[in-house]
Amino acid sequence: MDAVSDREQRVLDIIETARSKRAKFRDERITMAHGAGGKATQALIEGLLVPAFASPALDGLADAGIVRVGELGLALTTDSFVVRPLRFPGGSIGDLAVNGTVNDLSVAGARPLVLSLSLILEEGLPAETLRAEVAAIAAAARAAGVEVITGDTKVVERGHADELYICTTGIGVLDERASLSPAAPRPGDRILLSGRVGDHGTAIMLARGEFELDAEVASDTRSLWPAVDALLDAAGPSLRCLRDATRGGVASVLNELARAADVAMLVREADVPVDPAVAGAAEILGIDPLHIANEGTLVAVVAPEAADAALAALRAAGGRGDFAQAAEIGTCHGAPGGMVLLETAFGGKRVMDMLVGDPLPRIC
Amino acid sequence: MKFVDEFRDAELGRAVAAEILAAVEPGRHYKLMEVCGGHTHSIYKYGIDDLLPANVELVHGPGCPVCVIPMGRVDDGIALAHEPGVIFTCFGDMLRVPGSAGTLLDAKAAGADVRMVYSPLDALRIAKANPGRQVVFFAIGFETTAPSTALTLKRAKAEGVTNFSCMCNHVTIVPPLRALLDSPDLRLDGFVGPGHVSTVVGARPFEFIPAEYGKPIVVAGFEPLDVLQAVHMLLRQLSEGRCEVENQYSRVVPYEGNLRALEVMAEVFALRPHFEWRGLGFISQSGLRLSDAYADFDAELRYGVPGVRVADPKACQCGEVLKGVIKPWECKVFGTACRPERPIGTCMVSSEGACAAYYNYGRFARERELV
Ligand code: SF4
Repeated sequence: MDAVSDREQRVLDIIETARSKRAKFRDERITMAHGAGGKATQALIEGLLVPAFASPALDGLADAGIVRVGELGLALTTDSFVVRPLRFPGGSIGDLAVNGTVNDLSVAGARPLVLSLSLILEEGLPAETLRAEVAAIAAAARAAGVEVITGDTKVVERGHADELYICTTGIGVLDERASLSPAAPRPGDRILLSGRVGDHGTAIMLARGEFELDAEVASDTRSLWPAVDALLDAAGPSLRCLRDATRGGVASVLNELARAADVAMLVREADVPVDPAVAGAAEILGIDPLHIANEGTLVAVVAPEAADAALAALRAAGGRGDFAQAAEIGTCHGAPGGMVLLETAFGGKRVMDMLVGDPLPRIC
Repeated sequence: MKFVDEFRDAELGRAVAAEILAAVEPGRHYKLMEVCGGHTHSIYKYGIDDLLPANVELVHGPGCPVCVIPMGRVDDGIALAHEPGVIFTCFGDMLRVPGSAGTLLDAKAAGADVRMVYSPLDALRIAKANPGRQVVFFAIGFETTAPSTALTLKRAKAEGVTNFSCMCNHVTIVPPLRALLDSPDLRLDGFVGPGHVSTVVGARPFEFIPAEYGKPIVVAGFEPLDVLQAVHMLLRQLSEGRCEVENQYSRVVPYEGNLRALEVMAEVFALRPHFEWRGLGFISQSGLRLSDAYADFDAELRYGVPGVRVADPKACQCGEVLKGVIKPWECKVFGTACRPERPIGTCMVSSEGACAAYYNYGRFARERELV
């Protein structure tokens, strides 16, 4: 190494040290970026929320919190849905409200059991719209095998909300087969993806009609429990961790995991399944499909010896072909820790970072 | 929606990379500047520099539309956005460019109606859908985007849309290139010429580079194979002792440019005597304003903007980066105080900015290996 690259490496090392520190929340106002699931969201959560509540359960920053009641391990999670428009190809806000919460429980290794449902309604909302969403919620709950057992309704003046917001809270029972932790990935582990990336975000964006793009893309909103169930069966304790690749996309999730486990991850772009219509739309808008939100796609890190069996089980999960596109997309390495690299389809290597900014607000 | 797949083919890429390796003289260091931010983005996004021999260095140039916007213009835009009744529209990247007191995103959070659009026509559509409001479009970009702004204004005029106006920040590519070539700071061996700009202006305007400055230039497309091929063509010119304008992107770029687009631009725009560039200062005859025939649509005339010149933050070295004098990581605040989520300079904002591209994609030195 010559002097220049030495100097460059020193600068890079300083940056990595800075990046591995807990993010600080220093903004004067909330901007849309704080809701996008990328770096600003991370700063809000790590810099303001986690320190305020100082619960060890929050430290892992997992999708669900874990409580133990005697012998019983329970997972608790909550999520709000503000998607616009309410209906889009492949689903609606009601589907998201059920599946989003079910999936947060599932990737925590918990079998989803019950949900609560809060509705915030804007004055003037057509009853027909509400009826349709209630039906969607009931159908999605049935499909996911969960029961809605309590709820609440509030109405606000016209203009103080946008039609309908939904908040759901879910409880699941920790599965005995699961020993998952974001810090668990080791060098040599394989990275699996349960399906195509970018469908949900792209479907919403197209449904808004802001771009004159002609493409048929449907949201991937679905329950991930069948996929988790199959993975736990096939890999058991070799399954290191799971993440639901929602806002911020697969790239943001992998960065969180690489940081939590202090491993490097190498993703092979050519192996990432992307619908050509999604790839085309993303290209035109200058977004990376790996940064686009999904609502029914998970990332799994599996020990190498169990990877093939896990992938086969994943592809067959649910029995309806929902996860037939699952793929192994990369591997974990020892160094440089905390970093995610992409081997591009063209053959070069580069860093793949978390999402910055908010290309698509109010996506779920 | 399908891409020209052969221009992303890894095997073809490896073949050109091998030809490049064969074309370099060992021991000689090559410094080639890609003028256009689109190329900078491609180079990092596809990991192209990873495929080049270590003695071929790509230096990033000034052709990034968001990067060259000076602070004062952002402040002017924010002032317009706060005008009562105004809907302020701009491209997404502009939202995060820091002015002297925050960004347009901050202005939005503070109550201004700021909306992101993907084209000037989107802005015009918003104007027609909101006849009771005034819609301002913050236009940026080189000759690449100027024609679509011009066509939008023509349409607004033809349709008699009176609640639409444009704050014009369009710039032209040749003056900054000349300024760069005149500056003593830089020793370059050749240029990868801007493909998109050239679809409009053609390749002819770049003839002064070989003629007056003795440097070769190859106009190139934006697919990874385009960039590699352009590098190869430059190296061949250098090894054969030639020095000319070559067109790698002839599938899209006519040598004479797009006469129709140039005509529309000439009708809608007029040259400003000088325009301020971020970090580069005032460059004469480098910026466009709306022509007198379109003065009614000029937001700067309709509202009167503060028009105050604001000095760049002290720590900011965007000017040096835009000139290719320093690499992004050589800026003192790179990656520490200046990061994509909290940029100090413009080059850290746009995906075409060298600092953002390097930070997001390139933070992994070529020599370093995965273990
Ligand atoms: S690191 Fe920031 S301030 Fe420095 S040159 Fe890059 S964008 Fe400008």
